[in-house]
Amino acid sequence: MNLNELTIKQAHDGLKKGEFSSVELTEACLKQIKKRNKELNAFISVFEKEAILEAKKADEMIANKKQQALTGIPFCVKDAICTKDTLSTAASKILGNYVPAYDATVIRKIREQGAVLIGKNNCDTFGHGASNENSMFGPVKNPYDLERVAGGSSGGTAAAVADNMAIFGIGEDTGGSIRQPASLCGIVGLRPSYGRNSRYGVMPMCSSMDTVGPMTKTVEDAAIVEEIMAGHDELDATTVKETVPKYSKIKNQKLKIKVGVPREYFELEGMDKETKEIVEKQIEKIKRSKDQKIEIVEVSLTMTKYAIPVYYIIVPSEDSSNMGRIDSIRYGVREEAKNLYDVYAKSRSAGLPAEVKRRIMIGTYALSAGYYDAYYRKAQKVRTLIIKDFEQVFSEVDLLVTPTSPFPAFKIGEKANDPLAMYLADIFVSPANVAGLPAISIPAGKTKTGLPVGMQIIGQRMMEEKVLKLANIII
Amino acid sequence: MSLTPKQLEQIATLARLELSEPEKKMYAEQLSVVLDYISILNEVDTDGVEETCQVTGLEDVFREDKAIENSEEIKQKLINSFPEKMGKLLKVKAVFSDEAE
Repeated sequence: MNLNELTIKQAHDGLKKGEFSSVELTEACLKQIKKRNKELNAFISVFEKEAILEAKKADEMIANKKQQALTGIPFCVKDAICTKDTLSTAASKILGNYVPAYDATVIRKIREQGAVLIGKNNCDTFGHGASNENSMFGPVKNPYDLERVAGGSSGGTAAAVADNMAIFGIGEDTGGSIRQPASLCGIVGLRPSYGRNSRYGVMPMCSSMDTVGPMTKTVEDAAIVEEIMAGHDELDATTVKETVPKYSKIKNQKLKIKVGVPREYFELEGMDKETKEIVEKQIEKIKRSKDQKIEIVEVSLTMTKYAIPVYYIIVPSEDSSNMGRIDSIRYGVREEAKNLYDVYAKSRSAGLPAEVKRRIMIGTYALSAGYYDAYYRKAQKVRTLIIKDFEQVFSEVDLLVTPTSPFPAFKIGEKANDPLAMYLADIFVSPANVAGLPAISIPAGKTKTGLPVGMQIIGQRMMEEKVLKLANIII
Repeated sequence: MSLTPKQLEQIATLARLELSEPEKKMYAEQLSVVLDYISILNEVDTDGVEETCQVTGLEDVFREDKAIENSEEIKQKLINSFPEKMGKLLKVKAVFSDEAE
């Protein structure tokens, strides 16, 4: 087994026992990046020299018996998350030269452990997309089939982790952007509850739905990273002060729970038959697991079909406001212009791709005088009903199990010119964002042609621990 | 709901986006499709339903109104990222000028 194929847990243990050094581990990942990134296009920046320096420091920490869970472990980060003194473009041209002076809080916490930042990942520009085709740096290819998408928006991170270019990655999830690419690339992706992890330094899209979370090879790894990322942050007023459980201790625990299977997530028109069968087979397996007391019941979430339309009003609305700061005034690439209006209009037109422009315009329209009540306010009301729908179901069951995506990775270009078809790729993942719930995608199996299929576990707010426990039993 | 290129132009101006004629046509069509789709929400009865603006339940999160001093190094980095500058000052086009919109 090559070093870059290890999980966090395995790498940690190997470093502890002195079987290899962080420099060797980092070099193995860099070698894989060199070998495969041209094909996959998973990285926008790779920090070869800096990573080796960080690895040397980590080796010193380990030698001095100061090893923590992530010390010396190479990781990658979606480019829409700020990393100190390194290019953070959000896969846009307008931030093509942007170098933040600080780390996002979650990244600072990971780096304080001595983890090694190996590079920044390609993504749909500013996180706008479900296929990574909306990146101004070109699409990310799926490691399982280079003609297919890696999913999005955190597609580069998913492909990098799936292809062993890094031991783990950090993505961002507003409407499925961690779980959907994790599903399409066959890895684990956790979206924590809104308010659990600090969003400080995470470039904002929809401030009331954005979350940042781990993308890993195993559930245990996701638990290890989430335990470090989670917690209250003075710099993000929407983080909650609740104690963070010891997620890393989820292994080998007995469960006595009731799991709901929402029928709306299995009866979608146009859903891939094989995907449905693979997830149903896993559910059968859970039912039969001998050591656990897990009861499976069918439930109904009648508001499911309204989650995407709610999402596509609230997200572009908050997005159009957030994107207002991307104006090339204090940072970013400024185009030649004769007056102030043109500085904004020319810089934004040249530096942002079509999907970002679409969302800015939908949001501008939905928030404009005369339309605010019909669109934004209406969507916020339906959002309440979607939350109530979940609350009702969670009064009967502890967790929900669903497919993550209605289909496996699709061909590059297949949905690129049809924004609506692309939006529907997130139909099973966006409801958790609308309701602020934690959810994970884990590998459930592969199609006959070898494409990964993911299944999703959704929990009640702040119940990441339960979500992780069930996920850990399944794989 | 169908948007005309004229309406689209108005939205683009408000959003500070410069679009070519073919772009205006393309976006007018695409946005109309999306607006049509989201109008499905009209079938939901929301009479008397409260709006959800956020999901944390947190209210009035305060901190002391005190400036946090950053190091000279960080200040210099922020200045370095200015697109145009004069010494330590950020340079921008005049806000009020005859040439403005």
